[in-house]
Amino acid sequence: MASDLQTNISGATAHHSETVPGDVILRTEGLTKHYGGVHALVDCNFEIRKGEHVAIMGDNGAGKSTFVRQITAVEQRTSGKVWFNGEYVEFDGPLAAREAGIETVFQTLALADHLDVPDNLFLGRELRKFNLGPFSILDYKAMHKATRDGLEKTGVKIPNIRNTIQNMSGGQRQCVAIARTATFHSKLTIMDEPTAALGVQETAQVENIIRALKEQGEPLILISHNMRQVMDLCDRIVVWRRGRICANLRKEDTDGEDVVAYITGAKTQPEYDTAA
Amino acid sequence: MSDSSHGVGGLSFDTSKRALPAEAGVAIALVLIVVAFELLGRLLMHDSFLFNTRENVPGIFNQARLQIIILQVSIIGIIAIGVTQVIITGGIDLSSGSIVGMTAMIAMSFAQVGQVNGMDNTRAVFFDRGWVDLPVIVPIVVGLVCGIAAGLINGLFIAYTRIPPFIATLGMMVSARGVAKWWTAGQPVSFPTESYAAIGAGMRPVIIFICLAILFHLILKYTVYGKHTYAIGSNEAAARMSGINVARHKVLVYTIAGLLAGIAAIVLSAKNLTAQAGMGMMYELDAIAMAVIGGISLSGGRGTILGTVLGALIFGVIISGFTFLRLDAYYQEMVKGAIIVGAVVLDQWRQSRSSTRS
Repeated sequence: MASDLQTNISGATAHHSETVPGDVILRTEGLTKHYGGVHALVDCNFEIRKGEHVAIMGDNGAGKSTFVRQITAVEQRTSGKVWFNGEYVEFDGPLAAREAGIETVFQTLALADHLDVPDNLFLGRELRKFNLGPFSILDYKAMHKATRDGLEKTGVKIPNIRNTIQNMSGGQRQCVAIARTATFHSKLTIMDEPTAALGVQETAQVENIIRALKEQGEPLILISHNMRQVMDLCDRIVVWRRGRICANLRKEDTDGEDVVAYITGAKTQPEYDTAA
Repeated sequence: MSDSSHGVGGLSFDTSKRALPAEAGVAIALVLIVVAFELLGRLLMHDSFLFNTRENVPGIFNQARLQIIILQVSIIGIIAIGVTQVIITGGIDLSSGSIVGMTAMIAMSFAQVGQVNGMDNTRAVFFDRGWVDLPVIVPIVVGLVCGIAAGLINGLFIAYTRIPPFIATLGMMVSARGVAKWWTAGQPVSFPTESYAAIGAGMRPVIIFICLAILFHLILKYTVYGKHTYAIGSNEAAARMSGINVARHKVLVYTIAGLLAGIAAIVLSAKNLTAQAGMGMMYELDAIAMAVIGGISLSGGRGTILGTVLGALIFGVIISGFTFLRLDAYYQEMVKGAIIVGAVVLDQWRQSRSSTRS
């Protein structure tokens, strides 16, 4: 539905032309998702470059999580184009997106409570000793080693990785979910409100992990309602409103009040004006 | 939700309070029940439940009793191995008893001898004289295919129409029983070939049960199949988001449960030397009970085949113990019922304790 033609009319592609193609890790053009008659996501043009941390903000129902579900292929987009790591992609499912290198920490943590840390990290892509189809023998030793390496890389301390998730606190669970990204050397990490349910200390721990990712040059898309956190951790803020992008702000050029004005609809950037 | 006593700058994990595995509790219960029967036996019957008291028989233990304890639960135990896997995925299988009845009838009708004491054997209605004295592989393959087909139908309905497993397998329970009766118009099928009868002879059912139990215990623990089975029962949405093909995996789990019911049917009909349409009645509930007593959580995600084997042994000990104390079968059933409910209450309690800790 949202063709290239429309995209060009909106003028939102203007800044795309400045980018060096190989530098862009993820790019969407005209990304659109309808649930029946509900237009949850309309004509979204988004991009993120290597090493960049981009925040996605917006009110509840603005389309943030819907956007993430399209690029991670948890749902199939209605229309639009997605490029990842320089290539045009159409993932047929979440596993394909993960294998390509998009690692997501979902709002609902997507952990299996009765399994331990390595089991959860490798869920759906277990390491195998012998490949016998569904009855392939698991390589526990390699998975445990990779888990310890991944935890070390992110600075998460878990004394006993054999402990099951159900015996862990919210912060610990979140750290396990985030450690997945480090274990798999992802090309892009997406976190959907990673600290929404956490206490102060646990939040600090998660933010430290995010800083570690930044130092390692790992690109990140962070969905958050926490203005301080976004200003602390991200280079750029993209604001969603009613399914559309309404602002693309560099951190240096904006402040909290300004962002809130975009979120509430008091302001819209001129190049996105047709969207509002 | 989370307790606030975490160490500064790090996340302290409480490993000291890690609960014993459920199987340890079941094993302790098994020992306590045996001890109770031993004490009651000494007090009331002036005889030992477990130990050999006869001078003309060698050995420390009462070998005959131990054999009976495990022999009488081994066939339902085979079914319980499949039912356990279904329950771990968060499902339930009510059809296994009927699948046993159906499979026993159909397999047995391919295992009959031609003549008994010089007279023609009474034939299952569908086949004329040619279909007798077949090699033993024929009824075995027919039986396995029969079980697999029933399980596959269960699995396909549950995975792709999203109807609850309770309903899908309830339907199969009724239909498979119908097939069992229709196959011979209600007539029993008797006189199998010697090689078929040999499958269920002596302690062979026990050997088959133990081998299958070990095989599936290892499969659940060390293969991708096992890991995905637990993951689906633990958090189906997470399993799906992780890219596990949940529907296909469920079909596989129910098919394996059907296959195991088919194996149980072959062993049962071979042991009894006959197949009847009513065979395996209520076996599904006994199998579920064994799993539940063995610490398999009905809400999914937890339990092992070892637990189910211990649950089956508890069943066997209770039946033997009551017979030993010369108590009526009525009391057995009453106590069995109480133990099943008690096991589920214990499971709920364990669950709530672990969730308040997190």
